[in-house]
Amino acid sequence: MLKQCEGSQAVAEAVALCRPEVICAYPITPQTHIVEGLASLVKSGALSPCEYINVESEFAAMSVAIGASAAGARAYTATASQGILYMAEAVYNASGLGLPIVMTVGNRSIGAPINIWNDHTDSMALRDAGWIQLFAESNQEAVDLHIQAFKLAEELSMPVMVCMDGFILTHAYERVDVPTQEQVDAFLPRYVPRQSVDPDDPVTIGAMVGPEAFMEVRYLAHAKQMEALELIPQMAEEFRRVFGRSSGGLVRPYRCEDAETIVCALGSVNGTIQDVVDEMREAGVKIGSVSLCSFRPFPSAALGKVLGHASRVITIEKSLSVGIGGNVSHNLRMSLPGRDTKVYTVIAGLGGRAVTKASLRRTFEAAIRGTLDPLSFMDLNVKAVERQLEREKAARRTGPAAEAILRDLGPTVGASASTTTHGPAAGAAH
Amino acid sequence: MSIGGFVEGRWAQAIPSFGSERMGAPVVAFCRLHDREIRAREPVTAPDAVVIQDPTLLHQIKVFDGLSPTGYVVINSGRSADELGIGELVKSLPAGHVLTVPATEIALRHVGRPVPNAVLLAALCALTGELKLESVEAAIRHKFKGDVGERNVAAAREAHAMCARGTAAKGAVTHAQAV
Repeated sequence: MLKQCEGSQAVAEAVALCRPEVICAYPITPQTHIVEGLASLVKSGALSPCEYINVESEFAAMSVAIGASAAGARAYTATASQGILYMAEAVYNASGLGLPIVMTVGNRSIGAPINIWNDHTDSMALRDAGWIQLFAESNQEAVDLHIQAFKLAEELSMPVMVCMDGFILTHAYERVDVPTQEQVDAFLPRYVPRQSVDPDDPVTIGAMVGPEAFMEVRYLAHAKQMEALELIPQMAEEFRRVFGRSSGGLVRPYRCEDAETIVCALGSVNGTIQDVVDEMREAGVKIGSVSLCSFRPFPSAALGKVLGHASRVITIEKSLSVGIGGNVSHNLRMSLPGRDTKVYTVIAGLGGRAVTKASLRRTFEAAIRGTLDPLSFMDLNVKAVERQLEREKAARRTGPAAEAILRDLGPTVGASASTTTHGPAAGAAH
Repeated sequence: MSIGGFVEGRWAQAIPSFGSERMGAPVVAFCRLHDREIRAREPVTAPDAVVIQDPTLLHQIKVFDGLSPTGYVVINSGRSADELGIGELVKSLPAGHVLTVPATEIALRHVGRPVPNAVLLAALCALTGELKLESVEAAIRHKFKGDVGERNVAAAREAHAMCARGTAAKGAVTHAQAV
């Protein structure tokens, strides 16, 4: 049914349509509304049979999901930010054991400094944990990816993370088509576990594995993700047939056919980028963009095909691999073997810094002119950073850096929170 | 507002942004209405209309930055624009584009709690003609079921009628008087 609702509510309804049997979660902003929505669906009996388990931490949430999944139940949880770090050990266990848990990540930064706003640092921290990672561009896609995620996870016996931008999607009211139970049932078969614990037929799950077999088990996870490269587009196609709209897949190119410049990004920022692409196309610039829906597995071949003829590629990245730069661009270079394509890494939107059309356009134009640095930080207040570096050079006991920068910027910044670009190009948003 | 837009068959997007999760902390929310799909998810930095739910913010934060020169302003206050110290703003906008409405008082009377949102939405729609009152009512009933919804609808109707009659304090009127 077509409706105007909050992203979190739409995702809660979509997850419920997938008939999870166990939901265990610990609330954390900006994921909270999703699990609250599911809790009330379980309480009202609308989602039944399903056990909703309140746990005392994220570590417990993932551990309970592992137990439930190992017992043969379809298990779901959701988290964000510090929560995913707190459950990190169990996140690796879920994939190492081959348990098809689906988890929503309401993408949020990682502290310190503490910050509740959106970026991709949390998902990136766990990108090598062996989970499939899908990024939603809109709330419609977040809904659709959850339905695909259960099917994908169960077919491969591998957990799937559906990443959706905190606030920008989780808290946004948008038009969403929430499918019917019949449609979802037609797409997603009943879960038949590849393995499960059963007192009548005892097995061990989680054996100690020595050097003689550990590499093989790890490699198997990689082999399955390579299989997922085939499966994800097939599933998106099947989804289109059942639901009548395109969602998911590995990559989604936008106006790339003859593009000399291609912008690549994960998640909801792609919509803003597409608007800029349209504006620049109107001005005669040959530019396109590509939304990277699957980050793990990384679709090197599919992306390489899209980037093919482009002479420059710009990645807009909401995470910073401190000490080197881009996570996306680092992976993306694998798609461009032997080509002399210029790759520009642009770090943007950390901790909820607004990613604006104006700044994106300035950045793309600088890349085309050849004046953009290979690694740049969009709307970074360079002067504020320089002043802090000066202070640190001048004295030893300069105190905590975050507090010093807040003091330096003055009181209005704290009050204006996430929504303005605090940099020199600031346009107040209130 | 976005639900009201959806009721009228338009594309709508609403995004809140908040920091400190406590009552009384300054928060901001954005809404866009369009005839086609809205893909951009940047904050609104050049609004066509600004609604101020708490007038104590007027002189703390630059709430009118980026406002369109033909934009609209609705402020939750029983005082006039001049009394609120925004006479200059009123002069810079077309006549009748600034409106103050005692939304908290209206809400208290109908709902029994200081929740001015529905009242301000109705006032904004009366001022701009952006949404029909029926759409506002449908949105309120969609969001708040039963008695709470009906009380908010009654409050919204009062505000809408008040603004349509021009008995809320339109800044331009104040301005004309001041001149």
